[in-house]
Amino acid sequence: MAPTPLAPLSLYRERENLGIWEHRGKVAVAGLGCSPTARRWDETPETSVGANTIIAVNKALEDAGISPGAIDGLVVVPHCTGEPWAPRPIPEDFAQAYIPTDDPNDGISSMSADWLVKNMPELSNVTFAMHAPTCMSKAIVVAAQIVGDGEANTVLVVRALNNLSGRYSQWGANALDTAPGRAQWTSPWGWSAAGATYGYLLNKYCRKYGSSHDRMAPFIVNQRRNGLMNPDGFFYQHRPEAITVEDYLAARWLAKPMNLYDADMPIQVSFAYVFTTADRAKDMRQPPVYILNHASNVPKVRSNIQTLDEVEASTDAIARKVFDGSGITANDIDVFNPYDGFTLFTQYYLEGFQWHGVRRGEAHDFWAGDITVEGPHPFSSSGGNTGSGRTRVWLHNDCIQQIRGQAGNRQVNNKAEIAVSGAYTPTDSCWTTWSKYPD
Amino acid sequence: MPRPVPIPDEVSKPFWEAANERRLIVQICPPCDLLQFPPESICPQCNSAENLEWSEVSGRGTIDDYVVIHDSRLRLFVEEQPYNVAIIQLEEDPGIQFFSNLPGTPVDEVPVGASVEVIFVEGAAPGQLIPEWRIVH
Ligand SMILES: [Zn+2]
Repeated sequence: MAPTPLAPLSLYRERENLGIWEHRGKVAVAGLGCSPTARRWDETPETSVGANTIIAVNKALEDAGISPGAIDGLVVVPHCTGEPWAPRPIPEDFAQAYIPTDDPNDGISSMSADWLVKNMPELSNVTFAMHAPTCMSKAIVVAAQIVGDGEANTVLVVRALNNLSGRYSQWGANALDTAPGRAQWTSPWGWSAAGATYGYLLNKYCRKYGSSHDRMAPFIVNQRRNGLMNPDGFFYQHRPEAITVEDYLAARWLAKPMNLYDADMPIQVSFAYVFTTADRAKDMRQPPVYILNHASNVPKVRSNIQTLDEVEASTDAIARKVFDGSGITANDIDVFNPYDGFTLFTQYYLEGFQWHGVRRGEAHDFWAGDITVEGPHPFSSSGGNTGSGRTRVWLHNDCIQQIRGQAGNRQVNNKAEIAVSGAYTPTDSCWTTWSKYPD
Repeated sequence: MPRPVPIPDEVSKPFWEAANERRLIVQICPPCDLLQFPPESICPQCNSAENLEWSEVSGRGTIDDYVVIHDSRLRLFVEEQPYNVAIIQLEEDPGIQFFSNLPGTPVDEVPVGASVEVIFVEGAAPGQLIPEWRIVH
């Protein structure tokens, strides 16, 4: 197999006024699969990134009711977000269980299309493979465009996350006495965590609109509540504990005004979707969920970090792109799952899309009302990363499950015919419009 | 603060050399009349490297806002927790931002909007001065 190419920028719909997506309603999701979750890898082959990914792929195929031979394309996120395993030696039982690739981390802390094909030989008809960077949101966008363009007919979309033992992120450049590369502009002043940016922006937001960090609490509480109704999620499976307003207000600061519950918790888990043409999806097991559009923001940050003006302009822009390409308005979005990892930026999406009429500066008032799935404003029904662990994937799963009517206790009381999800940062995010109907 | 010592690269070398002379410089693209920091190999407006120059700036600015880091991912800073990190907006162009720990300012007692001026401090090892900012009273 030739080296898998990284998705070119031309596949992303990042410009404004592109009009209705040329493949609107012609691409559908037919399958969804998740592996079990774990807080950290226990270093056995059975719970590795590789094993998890095979589990997720098989579940997605079973959900779609198709055989592995029906798959002719792969879109895979090779980056697994957690600490790389190398240069540690590969555990012997892992090495015996799986076929290696050129990347010693493959199957442990990365996941390439090459690894998947080598270790799932039953995927014997794969003729197309592409890598997407860093995020399921990007892989979804790429796969939707690939299937729409006819580059492949039935595609597995794969995202794995790893989390090794040890302190998350105090590795690599963060452990150095020097500041090379981009770190020369941040580390000398102790600036490292991305979350600090959103702490700074929340301070700006609260000064501008007259709010306070405390007023985030109802949102965080409800996210965990929704997560505890997600059987695939980490907290449901391993730590079924609600967060109270008091918990939130008493939590320790990470980068004041960002506290422990504003950050998501890294976990280990894999996901797979089956994307196919609308025509093929009709013959598969599940009711198709059609894709009406995909839209992206590419980063445009002038200086060191995003400003509130840039964030508000970016989230206004992504909403316009979603509406323009899907042919919908804010009023048409039944299920809305903007990203929450960190919780401190979710409000910018809510206000940018003006979902349920929420305008700039009004998100905290909205959260003070009823945002439960049972109520009239079921905001972020997935529960997000906050509710189920760091993946940037639950939000998409929820859109699919809500439209199918398979969201279980999370099923919204409102109708669920059109859903929108997207991640990750306000200035760098990819969005998808999902629909029960192709037109 | 035991600051990680910046390693200059081809693009940033003039900035760090100037810092060692206690001068603050940023890039400018004269045809676009646009300042740029951190430095890049091209101007973001005309996408050209041709006209990029360095320009000395006043070193004055204002505190836009700040956070207090309680849980740093940077090993060298863990013992300094909690510490302020402010965003400084440059007087010549508030779109240009610098980070600052505001030496001398108590933790979480940062006067947002206050005027600041640049100073230069040592990192964890000698040999490279690093721009910092202090409040002008
Ligand atoms: Zn220029």
